[in-house]
Amino acid sequence: MELRLDGIRHAYGETNVLDGISLDIPSGRIVCVIGPSGCGKSTLLRLIGGLERPTEGQVIQLGTPPTGSLNPLTYIFQDFALLPWRTVAGNVSLVLEDHPVSRSERSDIIADVLTRTGLIEFRDALPKNLSGGMKQRVAIARALAVRPAGWLMDEPLSALDAQTRELLMDDLVGLWAREPFTAIYVTHNLAEAVRLGHKIVVLSRRPGRIREVIEVRAPLEARKTADPNLEAHQRRLWALIRDEAEAADRELVGG
Amino acid sequence: MAEARLGHPATQEVPFRGGGFRPRPVRYVGVTVFVIVILILEWGTRAGWISNLTLPRPSDVALTLWRLAETGLLWDHLLPSLGRFAVGSAMGATAGIALGIIIGLFSLARAGLVPVVAAIFPIPKIALLPLFVIWFGIGEGSKYALIALGTFTPTVVATYGAVDNVDRTLIRMGQSFGLSWASIVRKIVLPGALPGILSGLRISLAIAIILLTAAEMIGARYGIGAYVLEAGSLYDLERLFAGVTILSVLGVAVNWLLAKIEARVLAWRS
Repeated sequence: MELRLDGIRHAYGETNVLDGISLDIPSGRIVCVIGPSGCGKSTLLRLIGGLERPTEGQVIQLGTPPTGSLNPLTYIFQDFALLPWRTVAGNVSLVLEDHPVSRSERSDIIADVLTRTGLIEFRDALPKNLSGGMKQRVAIARALAVRPAGWLMDEPLSALDAQTRELLMDDLVGLWAREPFTAIYVTHNLAEAVRLGHKIVVLSRRPGRIREVIEVRAPLEARKTADPNLEAHQRRLWALIRDEAEAADRELVGG
Repeated sequence: MAEARLGHPATQEVPFRGGGFRPRPVRYVGVTVFVIVILILEWGTRAGWISNLTLPRPSDVALTLWRLAETGLLWDHLLPSLGRFAVGSAMGATAGIALGIIIGLFSLARAGLVPVVAAIFPIPKIALLPLFVIWFGIGEGSKYALIALGTFTPTVVATYGAVDNVDRTLIRMGQSFGLSWASIVRKIVLPGALPGILSGLRISLAIAIILLTAAEMIGARYGIGAYVLEAGSLYDLERLFAGVTILSVLGVAVNWLLAKIEARVLAWRS
């Protein structure tokens, strides 16, 4: 399933937050969206997933999601959004309970996704006892359970420390290598963008417009942290957004 | 800085300045304070520097309580009181939680009902007792109604506040996974509001005990309130304090029970 954004403009009251966004998200590719804070990255993601309606333009699905996909567009949230009163397995179960999945099927799916994310021994743990990295793995397992056709990832690693971030990036690359998925990955971290993105979309300061789209050709599995090629990309991205980031930093909030 | 130049700087341990501002449970202190206060009162009333018109001797109050239990009169008073407390507060709390959730979920209900609740909240419910007697009769009905109304308003306010405080990102998460409205309410909003609802119940139930006593002062032959009223009008301090002690113990018991329930159903809180 492909996604196409067609002339999207979005405004909160008088303030335009996004303007003239047209973008193709090809099937089986990860598109990273970067930009200075307040450029409407997260808003864009909410528009794509149908949590908000764009003021102008539309989000189009090309083709039907594969059969068996319970929730075609599935989010990964920055703050994990786990129910603290449910166990790891309970949190995965939550998103299956409203679908026509039999009880035994449900427990099979839960066992499968928890195995794939290395969480099976923590299935009865409560979120309060998990580290940040483990919590985000639970959220990834929960997303896997509904077999999404498109992943909408809103700064999924931003609440984690640098080492955990590395580990989870490897996890994500591993998951993608086993079964390529379509994803829009919003981040402010350039290293994550060059590591995970097939395509990197650079947004400008508010109102967010597409400034540039960069293709990173190296295959995901081959990318390593201190790769000079990736670092060149990263420098280029930084050159693109540096001034904007500086200006955004000096802006008054809520004006 | 002469020493520094000579290579022998004055050494000194960095003074500790953290600590404090962290409440921690200290066992047995609560009980000890009770015991000390009672011992001082006992001593004062025996030694005579507290006149027996001011306060009764704690040992006499204890004796009165003992006799009350021995003659079975305690149960004659306590059981009707417990029944009224249970029925009245259950009615008030159930209705309050239900309405609080409705206000929390529906903007129309909120706009229409919050001002009404705000208007009822500050009314001293005891002032309405004569009205309730006309509406529901001098029997149990008016007592239930008074206690129910008294628990109802604080429960409503606590409940819709608790619903408002449920983490919006969790609700957004539920929507993004295509959960039905009913599922979001049952599996996300209600459990998320539970801590706030339970802490509201602590206040509501304390109010219920106060109103229980007030209701029993009018038109009740049995009940702790009736017992206290009778003792008061005879200026029988031992019995008055025996009654008050029972009410206080009832309050502590209710609080203890709620703490147990919280510990059990809110074990997920960090």
